[in-house]
Amino acid sequence: MTNDKRPGFLGYRRSDGRIGTRNHVLVVPTVICSAVVAERVAASAAPVATALPHLAGCGQLGPDMRVTHDTLAAYCAHPNVGAVLVIALGCEQVVAQMLAETAKRHGKPAEIIAIQSEGGTVRTTEKGTRIVQGLAERLASTERDWCDVSELVLCLKCGGSDYTSGLASNPALGRVTDRLVDLGGSAVLGEVAEIMGAEHLLAARATNPNAAAQLIQIIRRVESEARSLGLDIRGTQPSPGNIRGGLTTIEEKSLGATHKGGERAPLEEVVGYSAPIRHKGLTVMDTPGLDVEAVTGMVGGGAQVVVFTTGLGTPTGNPIAPVIKITGNARTARQMADNIDLDVSGIMAETETLDASADRLFDEVLAVASGRETAAERLGHREFAIHRRNPTI
Amino acid sequence: MKAALVISERDNVATALQPLDDGRVLDLGGVSVAVLEAIPSGHKVAIRAIAAGEPVIKYGSPIGTATADIAAGAHVHTHNVASGRGRGDLDEPAPAAEPRLAEPPDGT
Repeated sequence: MTNDKRPGFLGYRRSDGRIGTRNHVLVVPTVICSAVVAERVAASAAPVATALPHLAGCGQLGPDMRVTHDTLAAYCAHPNVGAVLVIALGCEQVVAQMLAETAKRHGKPAEIIAIQSEGGTVRTTEKGTRIVQGLAERLASTERDWCDVSELVLCLKCGGSDYTSGLASNPALGRVTDRLVDLGGSAVLGEVAEIMGAEHLLAARATNPNAAAQLIQIIRRVESEARSLGLDIRGTQPSPGNIRGGLTTIEEKSLGATHKGGERAPLEEVVGYSAPIRHKGLTVMDTPGLDVEAVTGMVGGGAQVVVFTTGLGTPTGNPIAPVIKITGNARTARQMADNIDLDVSGIMAETETLDASADRLFDEVLAVASGRETAAERLGHREFAIHRRNPTI
Repeated sequence: MKAALVISERDNVATALQPLDDGRVLDLGGVSVAVLEAIPSGHKVAIRAIAAGEPVIKYGSPIGTATADIAAGAHVHTHNVASGRGRGDLDEPAPAAEPRLAEPPDGT
């Protein structure tokens, strides 16, 4: 889509100045104990209402507790969310009021109910259902506005990689990243272990010494974690499926994976898990390689659209952000057609150029940002998992 | 479709874009390499001899070190390439590469 020769999309302008690509009622359980009720409540107004079922919220130590809280709060503040219902148990660590206050500070209606004070599963589900259906009705009249492409924050992700990822889908996405950043937009790359072996290429594009130094530091941390366990990360990185697909080492996987970040987009900052993405250009987020935890964190950081490249195929979605699946593997495009949004296997077959594939992907990103449903949304894939570092106490 | 692809001129491996049979002769931009064993699609084939201890290069960057002498035309994979990264199983792990840090744009 273009307007006055600048590409753009139809998004939701929020009162805090941020731009959403979706308009969800978010049902947030504070703790695993209220997750089932939250899912049932959200199901009563799906797909507008969507839940964040998670395994944490209690029994967590300092830094881990903070990551859980900050991730949930980041979703409450996210521009793809129009209203929030927090469902508490009543005795957990995560504070329901703080989540609701975050949503309100960002101009969103927010309510809280607690299972212990409502009097059990049945009453809480009934009351939550009434609240969520009311919030969904309020959101129904929100209209989309024309927004410049520079308002986009794109999450760059790959999963189920094979040799086509590094040759076709990741370079196609990299061209989209460069074009978006040239136009003033933002992109975020995570999966620190999958930068290992390619960090020299990204560090050389850092606009400040801090970003380069932090990138090296988080990669060394991942290596020292493997060392402290006395393990070789091969078998985990690359995964058994990656190895069957022809990827031999983490360096090879990383060199292919890092193509997603383009060839010239400047690296502006390295941020912590689900921390705000504050700069135009490229940001690296400290996330694990596990797909759902990585996407969860980068969407928490503010990405409104995810592009997920895959070789072997994978269904992962997200509760609030559309996830676009793209593959360069013709067999996967056929075999997992219901999960794939864009087939760029023509790059491998030499029937389509990389640039032509990238143009199609760029158009798809803008169409999805404007509301086009992705395969993951159509199939109800709303995976969500908060990264944890410490043991449960 | 090409039978195999060399990504960078610095590379010493090519990626098979289709299953390659033993004995097939690959024409890689003027260099011809006879395949010595069956190579599955997506896997790598050496395009020149790589001695044990030498880096294996793809995308123009090292992806690991040869653990045995690899003949031109041989399959290059986990059986003859070791990663130098994330190796907690080694007594003395290889140090992380020291990447060049970019100069700040204002030269300060």
